[in-house]
Amino acid sequence: MHTVQAEKTIFQRPESLTETVTHYCPGCTHGIIHRLVAESLDELGLRERAVGVAPVGCSVLIYNYFNCDFLEAPHGRAPALATGFKRIRNDMIVFTYQGDGDLASIGMGEIVHAANRGEKITVVFVNNAIYGMTGGQMAPTTLAGQVTTTCPHGRDTQQTGQPIRMSELLATLATPSYIERVSVHSPMHIIRAKKAVRKAFEYQKAGTCFSLVEVLSTCPTNWGMTPTDATKWLEKNLFAYYPLGCYKKPEEVG
Amino acid sequence: MAKILMKGNEAIAEAAIRAGATNYFCYPITPQTEVAEYLARRMPEVGGVFLQAESEVAVGNMLFGAASTGRRVFTSSSSPGISLMQEAMSYIAGAQLPCVILNIMRGGPGLGGILPAQSDYFQATKGGGHGDYRILCLAPSSIQEAVDLTMGAFATAEKYRNPVMIVGDGMIGQMMEPVEFPDDFDAGDPSKNEEWAATGAKGRKARIIKSLFLDPLKLEENSIVLHEKYEKMKVDEVRYERYKINSKNELMIVSYGTMARICQTAIDELEAEGISVGLFRPISLFPYPEKELRKEVDAKNIKTVLVIEMSCGQMVEDVERVVQGVKPVKFFGRTGGIVPSPEEAKEQIKNLIKKPTRAKKAAAKSTSKRKRKD
Repeated sequence: MHTVQAEKTIFQRPESLTETVTHYCPGCTHGIIHRLVAESLDELGLRERAVGVAPVGCSVLIYNYFNCDFLEAPHGRAPALATGFKRIRNDMIVFTYQGDGDLASIGMGEIVHAANRGEKITVVFVNNAIYGMTGGQMAPTTLAGQVTTTCPHGRDTQQTGQPIRMSELLATLATPSYIERVSVHSPMHIIRAKKAVRKAFEYQKAGTCFSLVEVLSTCPTNWGMTPTDATKWLEKNLFAYYPLGCYKKPEEVG
Repeated sequence: MAKILMKGNEAIAEAAIRAGATNYFCYPITPQTEVAEYLARRMPEVGGVFLQAESEVAVGNMLFGAASTGRRVFTSSSSPGISLMQEAMSYIAGAQLPCVILNIMRGGPGLGGILPAQSDYFQATKGGGHGDYRILCLAPSSIQEAVDLTMGAFATAEKYRNPVMIVGDGMIGQMMEPVEFPDDFDAGDPSKNEEWAATGAKGRKARIIKSLFLDPLKLEENSIVLHEKYEKMKVDEVRYERYKINSKNELMIVSYGTMARICQTAIDELEAEGISVGLFRPISLFPYPEKELRKEVDAKNIKTVLVIEMSCGQMVEDVERVVQGVKPVKFFGRTGGIVPSPEEAKEQIKNLIKKPTRAKKAAAKSTSKRKRKD
């Protein structure tokens, strides 16, 4: 008598992701961040009532990779679309996925006011300190001295000001919210980032508050580095200016 | 229901609620702020959504997100605010979503003024944002008509999955008139919107609401779908009014909105003086009543067409396009917030009628049909 050992699945693609192959460059961390969002939706049982709002930028085609309803916003306006949707359908889970050009430059007004109104939405903010899709231009988050195609001699802060720290900026608002900055450049950081993303959706599921997770990300192509050098550069340079950590929790606000 | 005296802005706001549009996003701007103030009080009573946004840019995009739910949504603003919404209008049209926008027009360009104007005609009818798209545009000339058009606008927007804009000049917003809200009005059923709305991918494939088509063939395909809707509007949604148009008219006025009402007064007064003038009033500015206007202009008795607007001449270009030079098209306009009086309109009409050319005089003598005074 022989026994058949049942196959046990120990790892699989989240249901919230499609099988579509992404268009992202080698070494780009968008794929990891997509997965963290998708796993969180799966684990919390939110996929069937989730609506994502896509940005303009490298992740503009995110709707092809997610197995949930999606809206495609004009550049920077995702928090406004999310607001309009969530105000009417507060039984649904609404999240935006935005880069630093989208959120911190052209969409600065929309994100600040959505956060300040305490919209019960989740924002996944991917900060790689550069405009990726248009080919590596200076972003509001580009570091002082960092070379991009529109600051070929390095970012001159006398002309362009200092890079904007969004998590810190949004944490100054008096309205309760959850704001945390994480990174996905190493397995340890990915595990921590996952916890933050999941927590952000938990806050929304409970109807508690606005939630935003800023994810430090690499852009090997436009930084002009190999993927491994990019992760080293991130840790050496972005960490110093953009410290990781939780900047605000709703329960801390009186 | 009995008639009640209401300010235009408030009557339009109430009309939207009666049509089942209980989701409203706004930013204050004169001369339409009463819409927002009225709805700030009224929406909680009907369990609706009222939200004052940080800018009209945000309002337009909130409307985009809100319309994606398939529920009835609307906003109101005035000229400079409508300019800021053009980004969203282009995206909403491209993504094929229904919504209703009220523009209580004020004088421009720039910050302009706060008094009534009709200088947003080009923006409203020719596509104020980028890309091949149109907004179905309706222009009421009374508060009652504004109520009626608003109540019907939501079903029309849903029929075409396209924005509908109600354009009134500042007087439509600020004037008070008796209005009646019909009890038995059929505002259509928005529940069929669930067929395309983002409602969650439960038991069905995920839906994407977007205007991005990187493949040029797909983008052309989308533009053709939109174009076909606009062509259908040209067949089914044309609205206009004929006022005292008859075979005795020598001159025909083309005017819309409040300006058309002022022209009616001028026409009535001229009639008492024995001068016969007709008025053609487009109600739908897009689709423009092209065939209908051309038919009236082609009448043998019409010698001149006079377009009167509260602008430096915008709709007149559509009239010229329709008339194609077969009759002279004259224009009179005041702008900057100045509303022409019936006297000014009468003066314009008389100037055109009492100066026939030599050829016309000769022709008139030979037909001996003239019975006009001097």
